[in-house]
Amino acid sequence: MSYLGHLVKSFTLWEFVKAHALTLKYFFKPKATINYPFEKNPLSPRFRGEHALRRYPNGEERCIACKLCEAVCPAQAITIEAEPRDDGSRRTTRYDIDMTKCIYCGFCQEACPVDAIVEGPNFEFATETREELLYDKAKLLANGDKWERAIAANLAADAPYR
Amino acid sequence: MTEFFQSLGMSYEWAWGVATVAGILLIALPLMLAVAMIIYADRKIWAAIALRRGPNVVGPFGLLQSFADGLKVFLQETIIPTGANRGLFLIAPIITFTVALMAWAVIPFNSGAVLADINVGLLYILAVSSLGVYGVVLSGWASNSKYPFFSAMRAAAQMISYEVSIGFILVCVVLYADSFNLNEIIKAQQGHGLGIVNAFGFNLLLFPIAVIFLIASLAETARAPFDLTEAESELVAGYQTEYSSMAFALFWLGEYANVLLMATLNAILFWGGWLPPIDWAPLYAVPGIVWLFAKILFFFFVFSWVKATVPRYRYDQLMRLGWKIFLPISLIWIFLISGWLMLTRYS
Repeated sequence: MSYLGHLVKSFTLWEFVKAHALTLKYFFKPKATINYPFEKNPLSPRFRGEHALRRYPNGEERCIACKLCEAVCPAQAITIEAEPRDDGSRRTTRYDIDMTKCIYCGFCQEACPVDAIVEGPNFEFATETREELLYDKAKLLANGDKWERAIAANLAADAPYR
Repeated sequence: MTEFFQSLGMSYEWAWGVATVAGILLIALPLMLAVAMIIYADRKIWAAIALRRGPNVVGPFGLLQSFADGLKVFLQETIIPTGANRGLFLIAPIITFTVALMAWAVIPFNSGAVLADINVGLLYILAVSSLGVYGVVLSGWASNSKYPFFSAMRAAAQMISYEVSIGFILVCVVLYADSFNLNEIIKAQQGHGLGIVNAFGFNLLLFPIAVIFLIASLAETARAPFDLTEAESELVAGYQTEYSSMAFALFWLGEYANVLLMATLNAILFWGGWLPPIDWAPLYAVPGIVWLFAKILFFFFVFSWVKATVPRYRYDQLMRLGWKIFLPISLIWIFLISGWLMLTRYS
């Protein structure tokens, strides 16, 4: 009997008909994907995107060239050179991040004692050449200026859990 | 159309030539446009079943996506691999594309609206669609690369296997319609089912082979469950692997023109072509070409639907289905149908 049933099923293409009925049902369902460039998913305050170097409200850059981020970086993407400035404070003369090496682990912002290097909420920084992804200090500071409000809000939102 | 050009003061030979060229353009240009839109439709249907959105950025609803892709491909460089056989490598996509267009010469779009009204139209289509495999085999061989070669071997075996049973299925239709001419085949379907419906497909004796023909035409165009020739997971892109630019585009266009052709054949041979589905006078007010296009679009939807639903067959399963299931069934059906016709029509 089961043999006969199997025979009938295979000759009436029963499984195929069932599968196609199912996919036809899905054809009319609302789409699961978001309409990306026009619509974006909400991001966590801990989202680790493009890097930025922050400043104090008075415009002084936060980074004190302790090189903890350079030391902790598992991909060795960060290069820092430092010298005392004219006023005697220790500052970086060079702060480069090779974004093609970076693995976005967030160790640099964890290591930073002054919240200078952070990973902001921006993830749309694709470029047309590789060279544009070798960020220097000016680019990172510019990022910091551009994204400061979002970064500050994210840090404040995450602060209770740290 | 020949008479019209003759009335402009041309001799009969010139008028015939101009009329034929005009007819070819009248079919080929809208066909290319249709292929572009059908590629878009295919992607949209597939996306919808997978709960995705599909192309929706280029133009309203992404309607211009295919044209953007075409422009991109047109501007690319044609790369010919060093080890490739240059002549064959370039001629292969041309064969695929030309052959895909050639078959449209005998397709009737309305009563009598056909470019070449030859009395063996169905044989012509069989012959031309068999030629299509040369493009694939030549490209696989001329690429001088292992995956295209595997793909070409598979394509050759697959097309031969399924063309055999397609041939037998067509014999059944020809037996019923009593003609090889596609226009006559359509006319024979008028009022076929108890004088109510216009289609061989509603005949209980012909319905099973209509289904088999649909499946075999999927195999013939190397679509979804039978797309072993370009199985991405095994063969990179099959015979198209080494192709770029317009050569690649010609394969792509030819493939979809073939898909449209097979959808059209399904509509013509089993579902009444340009006849309305029901033999009821007011329905004949709608031009036949509208009915034909509606049927083609329906079958194209089925093709995409199947593509989005079923996984790919394994090679041995494909061969088993072709030789051990479709071939015996279609053979038995020829006996059944000719026996039935002997009893009812010719006794």
